[in-house]
Amino acid sequence: MEVSGQHIGHGIREEEEQAISEKLPEILGEFSRERSSLLPILQRIQEAFKFLSPGAIKAVAEYLGLSGSEVYGVATFYNQFRFHPPGRHEIKICMGTACHVKGGDVILENFERRLGIKEGETTPDREYSIERVACVGCCALAPVAVVDDKVIGYMQPSKVEGLFLQFEIQRKIREGQIKTEAS
Amino acid sequence: MGERSEIGDRYETLRRRIKEELENEQNGVPTIRITMSTCARAAGAEETRKAIEDAIAAFGLSAKIIPVGCLGHCYAEPLIILDYPTTGLPPICYHSVNAGKARLIIQSYLQESDPAFEYIMGAMEENDLIPPVTTFPRFGLEERIVMTHCGRINPWDIREYIANDGYSALAAALTDLPERIIDEVEKSGLRGRGGAGFPTGRKWRLGRAQESNRKVVICNADEGDPGAYMDRTIIESNPHQLLEGIAICAYAVGADTAIIYIRAEYPLAVKTIEQAIREAKAYGFLGERILGSDFSLDVKIFQGSGAFVCGEETALIQSIEGRRGMPQHRPPYPVERGLWGYPTIVNNVKTFSYVPSIINKGAEWFQSIGTERSPGTAIFSIVGNVKHPGLVEVAMGTTLRTLIFDICGGIANKKTFKAVQIGGPSGGCLSEVFLDTPIDFDSLTQVGAMMGSGGMVVMDEDSCMVDVARYFLDFTQKESCGKCTFCRIGTKHLLDILDRITRGKGQEEDLKILEDLSRDIKQGSLCGLGKTAPNPVITSIRYFFDEYVAHVRDKRCPALKCRSLIAYYIDLERCARGCEACVGSCPVEAIFTTKGRKKAIDQSLCVKCGECMVACPKEYDAVLRVSPPELAPIIERPPMR
Ligand SMILES: Cc1cc2nc3c(=O)[nH]c(=O)nc-3n(C[C@H](O)[C@H](O)[C@H](O)COP(=O)(O)O)c2cc1C
Ligand code: FES
Repeated sequence: MEVSGQHIGHGIREEEEQAISEKLPEILGEFSRERSSLLPILQRIQEAFKFLSPGAIKAVAEYLGLSGSEVYGVATFYNQFRFHPPGRHEIKICMGTACHVKGGDVILENFERRLGIKEGETTPDREYSIERVACVGCCALAPVAVVDDKVIGYMQPSKVEGLFLQFEIQRKIREGQIKTEAS
Repeated sequence: MGERSEIGDRYETLRRRIKEELENEQNGVPTIRITMSTCARAAGAEETRKAIEDAIAAFGLSAKIIPVGCLGHCYAEPLIILDYPTTGLPPICYHSVNAGKARLIIQSYLQESDPAFEYIMGAMEENDLIPPVTTFPRFGLEERIVMTHCGRINPWDIREYIANDGYSALAAALTDLPERIIDEVEKSGLRGRGGAGFPTGRKWRLGRAQESNRKVVICNADEGDPGAYMDRTIIESNPHQLLEGIAICAYAVGADTAIIYIRAEYPLAVKTIEQAIREAKAYGFLGERILGSDFSLDVKIFQGSGAFVCGEETALIQSIEGRRGMPQHRPPYPVERGLWGYPTIVNNVKTFSYVPSIINKGAEWFQSIGTERSPGTAIFSIVGNVKHPGLVEVAMGTTLRTLIFDICGGIANKKTFKAVQIGGPSGGCLSEVFLDTPIDFDSLTQVGAMMGSGGMVVMDEDSCMVDVARYFLDFTQKESCGKCTFCRIGTKHLLDILDRITRGKGQEEDLKILEDLSRDIKQGSLCGLGKTAPNPVITSIRYFFDEYVAHVRDKRCPALKCRSLIAYYIDLERCARGCEACVGSCPVEAIFTTKGRKKAIDQSLCVKCGECMVACPKEYDAVLRVSPPELAPIIERPPMR
């Protein structure tokens, strides 16, 4: 198993950890205190906060009566879990066989170059992050990317540009640089 | 006997009521079935659906929109099937329906009663006016058991499954003895579709024989092969058929708990099966005292967390128990001691999905399809460089040629066939020589591939077999759980060597090392991951030896794929003076204008992404690749002004 080279807890702000720890007891309470709950709990926490913070891992360990390193050892075994916060826009590039044959690596590089980060990283402004995934089950539409949970088939470099254009407009609206009719 | 006939009566009454209910709801109103599976959504089905809704509202029509799963024709997504009974025409299937087309079809057919012939794929039934889809080789050559209703019924409405006799096999099974059901499954010759092809009846009989106060049934929906997606599709398209199969198995072996272990990367499939379980419970097909019998079954979902090795049954069980997914020594087999120490029967999604048909139609019917030692059908996801990629269900024993050329339309973009990779990371790459081999479990194993998941990736002349082997080793190396030394370190070694070869740094003795190491890894590994990981390497060396030799001896990639071994250049003869199409496409500004106002590539900057090749207008086609890279003509970049 490849463990991401990221330092655990890298780039996590104190307020974030604070906010997570406030909500954790409620989440943990949904599960029984048995070892079989471990993966479902970790999945639930990642669903809520998008990553597993050091504080969250510790709290899970305490809840289930395991050591922190045991929980961490299980979590790192599975590709699904992240240990640092992703970007506002999560970009996942399929690196399955069909996508490989259809040039998925070129799509990945396109995103990497465009954002100046490598797969597994998040941009410093936390706007974007890139991950590689192994097959999302849409192989007939290869190459495939998943952007913010929407699966996009027949990816092309030109579609990459279109996506960013859209995101940048959204961002400007959000930051009040462009006025919409509603505001 | 009283209880038995009661179950049958109860089911019959329910089915009749539901049929009436559905007929009343339809009541002559046109229905629009739209594929809403993951692949359809990726092709824009949500936008299409919105456009249909808007068009219906705008024209003030009354029509019912029904979401369906996947028909298997993924190349033609999104598909819609329009049934307008009062026109006297059969239901009509339209392909590649984007939002604009959807509006036109709705207006033309529902508003003006003209079925918009230009967009029709075919009629869903025989008729005199519109050619039926069955005349397509794809529809005609397929033989569907598991996928019969996929893409035709609403997976989100249990009533449509019941109206098609769904859960009748469960009702029949519950009136029979468990042993008799196992007899039938055993007699049918059904073999597990998870990869290894173990006889399902035998597994169930072993499960039945275990003395235990509790037994568990697990449905393996981990589908880890990166390039196969039939399990996802079956769950998204006909989840109740799977649940029915699981319930019959649980009744036969005497289990009270079933767990569906499904990949977290399949969010839509997870949602679909969750809803299906809720509905099945509400209708009395799952949960306490099913259909009024003494049999109860609790079905739960467990989401896998993205580890390929967890598809292996003992690793899967470890993972449910909250541990790292490390395969365990067998024996004891899960059927003796599995989840939480209880006897556990693990089967694949497809395996369970065959069961209702086998119970309904009998073992002999199933035996009559396919080959003697591999009865029934096989479901393949055929993707890669074929014209019509998608899911295909054919009788076992069908040849690769029929699958690739007749059913999937052959190789796309006028290229030629080079290889087909079957069975994912555990399978192998087969060359043209095998196109006429009838495929079943045994014939594939004989030639060094494997049925595995049923994933088939077709490759054309532009695919490099060394690169493909490297790709799979990169995958298995990352996914090796690390327990067995040979698997952990051996796959890393294989990968390093393949990496070296694709970078033009390989030696001739590397080929021998690859083969020896492959054998050692096969022998020294505990689970199927390590035992089969070298298959892509072994088969590609065996069937594409020349390509390896070209890489190591001539430092040349014949397929022009391995980036270290190729260069891009612009043919000045073909390049059009003043055309700038490629310049903007280059991400690293490596393209410059020559003295003759044509374009050339600065080799020191080029990252070989190939985008200029895509950007160059078809009529010039001036961007070319060569291997080895030294063959590219050198053109001086004029000094910057
Ligand atoms: C590395 C590895 C990965 C596997 N992945 C899967 C999988 O994704 N789905 C599956 O059904 N079986 C998979 N299997 C096979 C299972 O161990 C098991 O044999 C199967 O689920 C039994 O079901 P069946 O008898 O219906 O085939 C895998 C085996 C190995 C060794
Ligand atoms: S290989 Fe990319 S979706 Fe399957």
